[in-house]
Amino acid sequence: MEYIIAFLVGGAICAIGQLIIDTTKCSNAHLLVGLVCLGAVLSGLGVYEPFQEFAGAGALVPVMGFGSSITKGMLSELERLGWEGLFTGAFEITGLGLAAGIVFSSIWALLRKPHK
Amino acid sequence: MKPQEYQKLVQENSAPRPLLKNVLWAFFVGGLICTIGQVVLNIATKTENTKAEASAVTLAVMILIGTILTAFGVYDELAEKGGAGAAVPITGFANTMTSAAMEFRREGILLGMGAKMFVIAGPVIVFGILSGFIVTLIKVLILKLL
Repeated sequence: MEYIIAFLVGGAICAIGQLIIDTTKCSNAHLLVGLVCLGAVLSGLGVYEPFQEFAGAGALVPVMGFGSSITKGMLSELERLGWEGLFTGAFEITGLGLAAGIVFSSIWALLRKPHK
Repeated sequence: MKPQEYQKLVQENSAPRPLLKNVLWAFFVGGLICTIGQVVLNIATKTENTKAEASAVTLAVMILIGTILTAFGVYDELAEKGGAGAAVPITGFANTMTSAAMEFRREGILLGMGAKMFVIAGPVIVFGILSGFIVTLIKVLILKLL
């Protein structure tokens, strides 16, 4: 069941994104930035947490989940460390993925030639 | 003819974009990627201690999958069909990093690969952190004042 919910919710977010790209002058980059900010703000308002509880990866995997993870990290580190958490928290949850992205992107760039 | 008039003429005469088809493809591809994410999340929930750790691991694994599919040219084909369905999931974020790193590698390791890797991922990180910072700050200040 949770797979079906993840499929439907994740698919719906992407379909709305496609609708925005096709019907407005919004570019891919604008859409991604907008979704990240939306996720971060919704998480701060306490709305994203219950949504992710319901939709699982359908809420986490779209880039909104990345934004929400930034805010979530800040809030939890703020509690643990005090004001420093407001800054270090940005990478509390996302840092693993970001560093992995940098490492593997570099490896592939060194090993493989671009296509086309 | 004014530029605006020309634009209007072009818009009227160009073939209508297959909106419904694009949206359905985005739905299908995006949904599929999120379903794979759910498999990873379920495994990570078992192996990690906290929910935050499970989220972190899931994001990282999806990013890893994104970089691999990009390196072997699979993701570009997926993006051609899926559009936003391939761009919006975190794998699309990884795709922008890897494809930029691979493409600009020939401009040098430092200023090519190193600098241009974040040409699209950079704004996402910058504005994600800025909006997260602002909303967290406001939340803390309100809680302190009340």
